[in-house]
Amino acid sequence: MQGEPTEPAASSGDMPLIKVSALRKGTVIDHLVAGTALKVLSILGIRFEGAVTIGLNLESGKVNRKDIIKIENREITPEEVSKIALVSPRATFSIIRDFNVVDKFKPALPPVIDNLIHCPNPSCVCNDSRVATRFKVERTDPLKVRCHYCERSLKKEEVELL
Amino acid sequence: MTSKGTDTISLAGRDLVSMRDFSREELLAFLDAAEGFEGYDQPILAGKILGTLFFEPSTRTHLSFTAAMQRLGGQALGFADAKISSTAKGESLADTIRVVENYCDIILVRHPLEGAARLSAESTRLPVINAGDGTNQHPTQTLLDLYTIRQKRGRLDNLKIAFVGDLKYSRTVHSLIETLTHFDNEIFLISPQSLRIPADFIEELDARGTIYSEDEDFFSLASDVDILYTTRIQQERFPDPVEYEKVKNAYRIDRATLDKIGGSVTLMHPLPRLNEIATELDDYPGAAYFDQARNGVTVRKAVLSLLLGIDRV
Ligand SMILES: [Zn+2]
Repeated sequence: MQGEPTEPAASSGDMPLIKVSALRKGTVIDHLVAGTALKVLSILGIRFEGAVTIGLNLESGKVNRKDIIKIENREITPEEVSKIALVSPRATFSIIRDFNVVDKFKPALPPVIDNLIHCPNPSCVCNDSRVATRFKVERTDPLKVRCHYCERSLKKEEVELL
Repeated sequence: MTSKGTDTISLAGRDLVSMRDFSREELLAFLDAAEGFEGYDQPILAGKILGTLFFEPSTRTHLSFTAAMQRLGGQALGFADAKISSTAKGESLADTIRVVENYCDIILVRHPLEGAARLSAESTRLPVINAGDGTNQHPTQTLLDLYTIRQKRGRLDNLKIAFVGDLKYSRTVHSLIETLTHFDNEIFLISPQSLRIPADFIEELDARGTIYSEDEDFFSLASDVDILYTTRIQQERFPDPVEYEKVKNAYRIDRATLDKIGGSVTLMHPLPRLNEIATELDDYPGAAYFDQARNGVTVRKAVLSLLLGIDRV
């Protein structure tokens, strides 16, 4: 983080790259790993009541690239933050009301993740469409999860979302 | 769901689905209880029914559990093959369990799919025992192995325990190695390169601080090894039959092999054996594989009684 000046909101210095007005009310998800924004949208589902602005592969600092999502009129829940943490552990979340950041979430994984991760084991009972998948988080960094049913473990690069 | 008190451990009403669900103290509670069931056959489970749901056949496990239940005066009913159950008609596992729970007091499930016992346990208020779910778990096998080790060596810590043969696919070996991380032992993993233990288990041994070593050479074992746990090496794991023959003979244990490593090792095998252990060793004082089978009934008597919450009288 050093080198960056004080960060008033998740809308960092490179925000003007996307030509949208500041958010009056809603959520800004910043510093998503480049290429994960569409996955994050699918995690959030289709329940949107306002404009959704997506920035893909934006410059972030000198060498890195990132995605960013601004969602109008919807405040992200801690549960959703946890899910997004699975695909982009260093994302930042800012809840905006009246143009001000009123809350910031740091991603934290819940101990149990339901119906979000696909179990790649073909002889796992959860591959029956009638059974919801469940994974337990054994380690967060680097990520390691274990299927509640077949007890196989998956590392971050093996995790595939449903 | 955990009913562990501060001074006593109660296992009544618990499921026995995976060894991962139990603490060291709870494992010891199973083993301690089993000692009391050696040769014990009072009808304490009279009026109780064990539902035996074998979605794939396993004659030994079925017989062993049925013997344990009947020795204690209980009854067993169920099916020994999915072909004669409603699953053959496409009924979901959860539905089968919900129907069967009306006929019995405790449910035993054997299923080819991994996680099937867990799913069964979530579908009923009755205790569920996993009698093998695919390549995942077979907890009473692990308990009877621990019981046999303690019976033969008098302890579960400070032992040198060698696993020999197919360490890649053997459910029995995986579960026992994982469970032994609750205790303080030195583990030797002897297998051909192509049948090494999966990285996941190595990672777990590292995380738990267990001392272990891997080797291909059987004779790398020192003479002070306490337990030699061998497993079947199945021909179908080898695309090349010549390779299979080589490996098969490299890990075959007979009197000459034992003389070469010396010591007074306890020989274990989950059975059935092919030719991993020569029959000439059956009267060797350390041969424990038939004791394992006998201990299976003893341990299962304890498991049934503990989960049903019925003490010996
Ligand atoms: Zn699974």
